[in-house]
Amino acid sequence: MIYDAVIVGAGHNGLVAASYLARAGLKVVVVEKNDWIGGAAVSRELYPGFTYSNCSYVSSLFRPEIMRDLELPRHGLQILPYEGGALFTEGGDYLGMFRNHDANRREIERHSPRDAEAYDRYARDVLRHCRFIRPMLLRTAADPASFRPRDIAELAWLGKQMFGLSEMAMYDMIRFWTMSIADYLDEYFENPAVKAYQAVASIIGTALGPMSPGTAYVLLHHAMGDVDGNVGAWGFARGGMGSITKALAASLKAAGGEIRTGSGVERILVSNGRATGVVLENGDEVSGRRVVSNMDVKRTFLKHVDEDELPASFVKRVKNFKIRGSSGKLNIALDRAPRFTALPEGAPNMKGDLHFTDSIEKMERAYDDWKAGHFSRDPFQDMMIPTMIDPTMAPPGKHFMSCFIQYAPPKIEGQDWTDADRDAFAKACLDQIEAHAPGFKDSILHVEVRTPRELEREVGLTEGNIFQGELTFDQLLFNRPVPGYAQYRSPIRDLWICGSSTHPGGGVMGAPGRNAAAEILRDVKMPKKDMSDAYAVL
Amino acid sequence: MKAEKPMQPDPRQHYLTPLRQTTFHPRTAAANRLNSWGPWGGYTTVLEYDDLAMEHSAIRNAATVYDLCPMVKYRVRGPEAAAYLNRLTVRNAAKLPVGAVHYTIWCDDAGHIIDDGTLFRLGEADFRICCQERHLPWLLDSAFGFEVSVAEETEEIAALSLQGPCSFAVLKAAGFDVAALKPFRMATFGFDGGELMISRTGFTGDLGYELWIAPDHALALWDCLFEAGAPWGLRPIGTQALDLARTEAGFIITNLDFVPAHQAVREDRVRSPFEMSLDWMIDWNKGHFTGRRALLAERERGSRWAFVGLDIDGNVSAEHAIVYHDRKREVGQITAACWSPTLKRNIALAHLERPYHAGKSDNLWVEVYAMRELQYVKLMLRAKVCDRPFFNPDRRRATPPGPF
Repeated sequence: MIYDAVIVGAGHNGLVAASYLARAGLKVVVVEKNDWIGGAAVSRELYPGFTYSNCSYVSSLFRPEIMRDLELPRHGLQILPYEGGALFTEGGDYLGMFRNHDANRREIERHSPRDAEAYDRYARDVLRHCRFIRPMLLRTAADPASFRPRDIAELAWLGKQMFGLSEMAMYDMIRFWTMSIADYLDEYFENPAVKAYQAVASIIGTALGPMSPGTAYVLLHHAMGDVDGNVGAWGFARGGMGSITKALAASLKAAGGEIRTGSGVERILVSNGRATGVVLENGDEVSGRRVVSNMDVKRTFLKHVDEDELPASFVKRVKNFKIRGSSGKLNIALDRAPRFTALPEGAPNMKGDLHFTDSIEKMERAYDDWKAGHFSRDPFQDMMIPTMIDPTMAPPGKHFMSCFIQYAPPKIEGQDWTDADRDAFAKACLDQIEAHAPGFKDSILHVEVRTPRELEREVGLTEGNIFQGELTFDQLLFNRPVPGYAQYRSPIRDLWICGSSTHPGGGVMGAPGRNAAAEILRDVKMPKKDMSDAYAVL
Repeated sequence: MKAEKPMQPDPRQHYLTPLRQTTFHPRTAAANRLNSWGPWGGYTTVLEYDDLAMEHSAIRNAATVYDLCPMVKYRVRGPEAAAYLNRLTVRNAAKLPVGAVHYTIWCDDAGHIIDDGTLFRLGEADFRICCQERHLPWLLDSAFGFEVSVAEETEEIAALSLQGPCSFAVLKAAGFDVAALKPFRMATFGFDGGELMISRTGFTGDLGYELWIAPDHALALWDCLFEAGAPWGLRPIGTQALDLARTEAGFIITNLDFVPAHQAVREDRVRSPFEMSLDWMIDWNKGHFTGRRALLAERERGSRWAFVGLDIDGNVSAEHAIVYHDRKREVGQITAACWSPTLKRNIALAHLERPYHAGKSDNLWVEVYAMRELQYVKLMLRAKVCDRPFFNPDRRRATPPGPF
């Protein structure tokens, strides 16, 4: 049996690519090292009655075009917009975020009347950047050096987008893509908490502090998604993030695709400069006309391909690709809802993102710990309690809490993480929550602690980097992951990459997988049937 | 006023009532028989009290009261307040006498309109800006280098608009003699132990006044007006009736007739004063003001858009219709339209690409989809560019005003 495509890794991008290819009529198989599918979009029951979102925990970037093309709602996917959010401040107060425009303005006004009136213009400016980038997400980045007609046409398209901007907008865009979020926010706001809240999305998954250049783009990366057209909004996948990959798997199977779990790829087979299949850890060989790797670029080429098969310059660039681990995760089963003293009873803010870092300064100090090779003593948390909205993830009255934590370095002062390090990391986070919600610790039924060590070991993400490579300008568009190989191809013929290491990058977006499938179909000269272009930005 | 002021709960729990109530809410709510509310600038305000046609008719026949509280107000004070406002706005604020008001606009550096509003000169170095949108960061940034303070004071002043041919008579009956008050002038009166400021301004294109008072005395003012106004059938009007009247007057509203520069997501939606027919306000000789250089260049170069009044065939109003030249080429967009009960004309305000506003305005058409019993009747109606204001009666300017 020779498959048309062997997809390595049942993460969301691998499944998206596989589903599109299967729908186009190719014979595909997805091989997965774990006994379960999902990669970092996974939901597992680690405590009876509780479903976790073990890694990724919220959805906004997942392209609606893909959900529709692959009929994911029919296969069980439901995205639930979430309702609010809050950043707890040192004095025992909080800064809330509200979906209602007027409530949101009044809340900011409570902290700074000036900032309340600045917010709309800020939101407008970020939206402008989103509108510029959104059409690029479902397009293969042009290679500016190739001079092939397709690249020239794509560059012309990009040029048209650029020249559609006014002079000022062009300046703003170049600044925004390269500057730090701290500098950017200083141009709009005065209140530390208001700035800290906006900065949240600029550091998530990134081994940079809010004062590092390039973090403003990371904010954009988190703002450019949408929930049903509401750009910048985030939501939960009902039943946990694993519901996304479960729906993808169901869609794939309905299209005739196969999934094999329980044994990962040992080696990608290369013969005469062409990929011909894979050998699994259990010794099985799976033959295919092409191999599509959903693993990150480092793992794919440095661990599973014989280095001799690759040009030295390519290997060097892959080694240099920044994929630094910066975060950890706590997944907690709770006997009851935490009671944050700052929030009024019944506040809708519990149904969204919660944070304890109330200034850019504190975020940067947390990053300083990372630079010194230690996890943050006063960590930054992006916390959610999905069960405030989703009734399916815990028994009634009980809750699942997801805590995304920065910063956690890939190594502790140069040494591998130990269990003691992991426990100390967890304690720093739990202590922080307890300080804002007394009694919280007593309600804990179970905690899953994931440092970069666990993320790499289990999910396979190099250094535990959630984006399969940092989202800095030097690693975007035609430079992602490696110049000359930004179109989902590799130096080895028929070896493709489709994970978040490729354009347009990380997050549960599905775009890399979809774009890779488009390129493969182009390569085999098959029509892009059942594959929508990006919805028009009006 | 005892328990009539709305309860102020835990300020953190504002999300329970995202829209604020205006100072007059106890009165407007009691009069709002249709329970018809809409949001305006963060407040809940009445759209229609009981009957739109009756409310509009009262504006042109008798006297009406409109709750103006949500208008955003900024206080500008300091020795360089006039100089600051001259730099900020396009009109000459230094020429505005104490006790006078003028309509004005302000632009960004590119010469695009940020907002329009009225500027009140309360003292030599004391001004108030009343406008539709919020601009505190812009006003503060613009104050750099000026000896001036800028403060938002929307909640500190309650405002009512008293409009209609009998509004002078109502004020007189209420004990306020404004016979000598000319248009765009203001006067102060003692009232209820406080101070009432009356300006001869309004948004209906008719005789009318705006009344400004501290919130503590606001309900007493409402009651006083309605008692005195009873013989003239004084009635409150909602935003829908006002919108009809302002369209007849040809007045524009920010975010309904143009997108303000600081809010436009799409860069081509912004407009310059030339493009909104507001360039008459620009004082080119007063020295530098924000946007001057860009506007000078635009004056040389010419503008892309024009803002016009349209007189449309037939009696079907053309809200948001596309305007065509020769029935084919899209040349503009209507932003406000109505069958005018006062004028018996089908009128509209529209953006038109130049030169279709003038040189090539002889062959304009608007495409109207009239919903009639769940079906659109599609109409192509002839439109003619015409002068604004559509409605501009002598009684609006007469001083002293007549009794009706």
